[in-house]
Amino acid sequence: MRKKNLVIGISVVAPSIIAIAIFVYGFITWTLRVSFSNWNSFSALLRGEYKFVGLRNYIRLFQDTRFQTDLWNTLFFTLFFLFGTIALGIIMAILVDKGLKGSRLFQNLFLFPMAISFVVTGTVWSWIFAPGNLPNNPQGLNLLFQKLGLDNLMWGWYTSTDSLGHFNLALIPVIIAAVWQLSGYTMAMYLAGLRGIPNDIIEAAKVDGASEWKIFWRVKMPLLTPITLSALIILGHISLKIFDLVFAMTGSGPNFVTDVPAIYMFELTFRSNRYAMGSAIAIIMLLFVAIVIVPYLFSSMRGEKR
Amino acid sequence: MKRVIIVLAVLFAAFSVFAASENALEIFSWWTGGGEEEGLLALFDLFHTYYPDIEIINAAVAGGAGTNAKAVLKTRMLGGNPPDSFQVHAGMELTDTYVIPGLMEPITFIYKELGILDKFPKDLLDIVSYKGEIYSVPVNVHRANVVFYNKKIAEEIGMKKEPTTWAEFLMYLDKAQQKGYIGLSLGDKNKWTSLHLFESIMLAELGPEKYNKLWKGETSFNDPAIKHALSVMKDLLKYVNSDHSALTWQDATRLVFEGKAFCNVMGDWAEGYLKTLGWRPGVEFGWFAVPGTQNAFMLVSDTFGLPKNAPHRENAIKWLKFLTTVEAQDTFNPIKGSIPARIDADKSKYDVYLQWSMNDFSTKSICPSIIHGSAAPEAFSTALMDAINKFVTEQDVNKAFKEILWIAEDNGYVTD
Repeated sequence: MRKKNLVIGISVVAPSIIAIAIFVYGFITWTLRVSFSNWNSFSALLRGEYKFVGLRNYIRLFQDTRFQTDLWNTLFFTLFFLFGTIALGIIMAILVDKGLKGSRLFQNLFLFPMAISFVVTGTVWSWIFAPGNLPNNPQGLNLLFQKLGLDNLMWGWYTSTDSLGHFNLALIPVIIAAVWQLSGYTMAMYLAGLRGIPNDIIEAAKVDGASEWKIFWRVKMPLLTPITLSALIILGHISLKIFDLVFAMTGSGPNFVTDVPAIYMFELTFRSNRYAMGSAIAIIMLLFVAIVIVPYLFSSMRGEKR
Repeated sequence: MKRVIIVLAVLFAAFSVFAASENALEIFSWWTGGGEEEGLLALFDLFHTYYPDIEIINAAVAGGAGTNAKAVLKTRMLGGNPPDSFQVHAGMELTDTYVIPGLMEPITFIYKELGILDKFPKDLLDIVSYKGEIYSVPVNVHRANVVFYNKKIAEEIGMKKEPTTWAEFLMYLDKAQQKGYIGLSLGDKNKWTSLHLFESIMLAELGPEKYNKLWKGETSFNDPAIKHALSVMKDLLKYVNSDHSALTWQDATRLVFEGKAFCNVMGDWAEGYLKTLGWRPGVEFGWFAVPGTQNAFMLVSDTFGLPKNAPHRENAIKWLKFLTTVEAQDTFNPIKGSIPARIDADKSKYDVYLQWSMNDFSTKSICPSIIHGSAAPEAFSTALMDAINKFVTEQDVNKAFKEILWIAEDNGYVTD
């Protein structure tokens, strides 16, 4: 009986295991192999001779100023995006959780942007932040500022090439759009977490005379740590491999101020036929995501064992 | 469950019958919108009247101005599953990608058989040839080095004669700017338009002969004219709208239409766009060749070729022969808003602008466009596009020139 169950179990799982083995791990291995090759033109690829060139594609990428800009952009985008979505998510969750009048409506309202595709978000926000021909002919937000008499707030937004150190200011509108899209989702996660906190703990804290503020920081927040961790993982990997939002909203931007590795990968592979370089970017992006996710996997596995 | 399987089986059977249809012809293109699709369908209809038995399969792929289609085509060619004939830009986009790796069949015999070698400009046939053999049939021609301008603003700034030198052109741009207009509108959100502008300036500075020799490896990229082209571009950028990196080419053309900008450098698909917006050529808008390029025709051309192992080779040859005819070219081009590649087409079917362009096409030197795939391999044009994108922001002539030399060297061009 036991053996039969085992056979059934394996045969049910086998198709998806095989599919994952081929289409995920097989292709990752293949991409890794391509990234060490000289397949940097269509004819080299067609000839099909594999020539191992070691880390040449990687070295070339890291010397490439565009790719360096991409790495800085990813870093700053990820930092601000994570901070923005989580902070806004918590604030909205707390407001909704208070159960004020109309909070149900707002709960749904905050969640809606998540249902929209990144391409739509990108297009709409690119209209909102379109600077117009400054200073005479502003558009979008700039037009609003002008009408309100706040002329000195008018700015080039995502066409600006200003930067603070390595942080390209043109990323700010992109970060705002991304935060707008996903903070509702973070709110939903925190809301679930807040509602899962047993009332008696809070009651106990209240009996002990803790203030609202103290309850939040000392009782609720520690209990929400797992939620924060999952949010960080989910949002972190979205932001490290972001493509569609930036592609639809700004493209690479002037002097690559809003360029990200995924866009460069796409252009190298499908426009320049530099398949090996494109694969190298893919592997680098995979490593980034792995740096974020692998420690989490280990800690959660250890947690399960306990 | 059983019913689903039966339906699937029937569908599959129907599909395989369709795919295996003996007398078919599969035509691959990215003509899916606007006048392009109508033109293609009109071609199919005309083809049908000659060959009623041949069933045409329209394998068009939409999106991304052809980039999606190109990716699909590459996969099919790599997988040994080519269409019978496919759309491709004249020149290196075909040569570097498919001819040199040996995936195409030469079709010089079609030209010889029909005796039409002298019906196409020699420069154009040179562009679609590799090692003495012709590889595709050009169907339509666009001109890339054209300035379109708003006639009302031209009058206001006192432009009586169209400028033929940079000095004159810059003077008018300056006047337009003083009157509160954008001098030269640019929309380089998708990056390629700034290279589009730069390649025309390069052509003006080098002259058509030297420009064409660059691609044959007969002149060096290390030429002061190219450096000078960068400084001309820098001068022009002073008159460009500040939000250029938020706009597409349509937006930039629209600025001319809305009376906000004096002029715009674009390929003559912009003429078609202005016409759909309701303007009449020569009435509300005028045009002239980019200053310094009066005796050159920067070419953007769509062609069809014959892949090796085409499933219906005989039909594909019929299709290609059909495309070379004046009748086919005069059916397609007035609808698409481009000019025929044959020089003996019927001019009365085209509007004033296109007639002007046809005249120049048969008399001026034809030069291949870089960004539109004719002059250089895709790896070169995308790298140059990135370099020019940087240049538009940094405006560092020396740095950009050095980068151009590196890119040329990377792609095996002469840089001594």
